[in-house]
Amino acid sequence: MMGPRRSAATGPRINRAPSPLVALTLPWISIMLASLVPGWAMIASAPVLPPLGFLFFISWQQLRPGLLPIWAGLPLGLFDDLFSGQPFGSAVLLWSLSAIVLEVIETRLPWRNFVTEWLVAIGLIVAYIVLSLALVNIAGAAAPIHVIVPQIVISVLSYPLVGLIVAKIDRIRLTPLMVLK
Amino acid sequence: MAPPANRRSGFSRRAQYSTFLSYIAGAIGAVVGLGLVVISIANPGAFSGLRGAAADVTEPAAKATAAGRTVSKTVFSDIAGFFKFGSEHARLERELAEAKVRLVEADAIRAENRRLKQLLDLTRSDEGAVATARLTSSTSGSTRRYATLDAGRDKGLTKGMPIRSKLGLVGRILEVGASTSRVLLITDTESLVPVRRSTDGVPAFAQGNGDGTLRIRLINLGINPLKKGDVMVTSGSGGLYRPGTPMAILTEIVRDGAVARVLSNPSDTDYVMVEKVWTPKPPPPARENSETFAE
Repeated sequence: MMGPRRSAATGPRINRAPSPLVALTLPWISIMLASLVPGWAMIASAPVLPPLGFLFFISWQQLRPGLLPIWAGLPLGLFDDLFSGQPFGSAVLLWSLSAIVLEVIETRLPWRNFVTEWLVAIGLIVAYIVLSLALVNIAGAAAPIHVIVPQIVISVLSYPLVGLIVAKIDRIRLTPLMVLK
Repeated sequence: MAPPANRRSGFSRRAQYSTFLSYIAGAIGAVVGLGLVVISIANPGAFSGLRGAAADVTEPAAKATAAGRTVSKTVFSDIAGFFKFGSEHARLERELAEAKVRLVEADAIRAENRRLKQLLDLTRSDEGAVATARLTSSTSGSTRRYATLDAGRDKGLTKGMPIRSKLGLVGRILEVGASTSRVLLITDTESLVPVRRSTDGVPAFAQGNGDGTLRIRLINLGINPLKKGDVMVTSGSGGLYRPGTPMAILTEIVRDGAVARVLSNPSDTDYVMVEKVWTPKPPPPARENSETFAE
C-alpha cells in the first residue's frame, strides 16, 4: 500500500536535516532583497511603499527570536542605506535600536500572541517612519509630516502579510535537504 | 507563542556574559549608525562613491525589471484602450484637426522667431541631448525623492545635468557613478527650480512638496496673478535648467503662489533625455539702450 502522503516541497524527512548554510543565510538574504527590490517596482513621486527591509527585519526577529544577533542591524542597515535614499547611517542607527528594543520585549514578555506582536510591530514601524522623516529633515529637507501618513497606514496594514511571507521563507529555510550519513 | 527554551541564561556565567556582550554589540551598532548619520549630515556627498558602486553592481537586475515594468504598463493600457476605442478615436480626430492648425501657426512663429533672431544677431546654442537613458529605480520607501538612471560617466554625464522626458522636466543629476547616476527628482523638497508662467513670464520658484506635488512661490508678492490650469515652464535664470522646458500645471491657488501637478510623471516616463548644463550667455556690451536678451 501507499505510505502517508507527502508534499513535494518537503519530500522524505527520515534521515534528512536542513542545510545549515540555507538555515543561516536565508533570513539575511531575504532582508537584503526586501531592502533592494521594492525600489525597482516603480519610480515613485511620493513615499508610497513601506520600508520593506525594516518590516522583514522585525518580522524575522519576532518569528525567530535570537536567530538574528542583536548587532544584525549594523550590516543589514548598512546595506539598506545604500539604496534607501535616507541619509547614510540612519538605517544602521534605527535598526540597531529596534533590535535592542525587540530583544528587551522578548525577555520581558516571553509568552505573546498575534495581537501583542502586531502592536509591538506597529509601535516600531510608526516610530521608524517618523524618526526617518526627522533624520531627513535634520539633513536639510523640509518635508511636512503629512507626507508620511499614507506610508504609515500602508506599512501597518501590510505587516501581517510580511509576517506570512517570512513564515513561508522560514519553512523553506528548515526544509530537510541534506541526507544524513 | 511559547518562548524558545534555549534562550534563558539561568545561572551559567558564560551564558550571562554572552547575552551581555550581544547587547553591547547592538549598542555599538547604534553608536556607529549615529556616527554615520552625523557624517552624512555634515557632508552629504561623503558616501556617494559607495552608493554609486552599489547602484552600478545592481544595475543589470534593475534594468531588467525596468523593462518588465514598461511591458506590464503597456499591456494594461492596451486592454484599457480596447474598451475606450470609439470615443477615443473621435476625440483624437478632433484634436488632430486642431493640432494641424496649431502646427501651421507654430511654423509661422518659428520662422518669424528665426528672422528676428537673425536681426538681433543671436545664435542658438546647441541643445542636443547628452544621452538617452532609463530610470531604473527610485527611493519609494523614503521621504527623499531620488531615482537611479542607467547611464553614468560611461555616457559622459556630469553632476548638475538636467533630465527631461518628452512631457517635461524630471530632475537633475546629483551623483555620477561608473554606469549609473543618481537623480534628484523635481518633487523632492530640496529641489528648487526657477520657473515662469508660459504665457506672460510671471517669475516664480517651484519647490517639491515631497508628496508628488510642487509648491509654486511667486517672486513678486502682492496680487497673485496665477490661475488654475496655468502652465509653468523653466525660466533658466541662474543657469542649470534650459529655459522653456515645460514643468507643471497649477491645480490650486494659495495666497502667495500655487500648488502644481508635475507634467512629466516620472513613473510614466520610459526613457528620459539628459541635457547639457545650461549656462546663460553673458549680457551683450551696453549700448545706448541697455536691454539684455535672454535667448
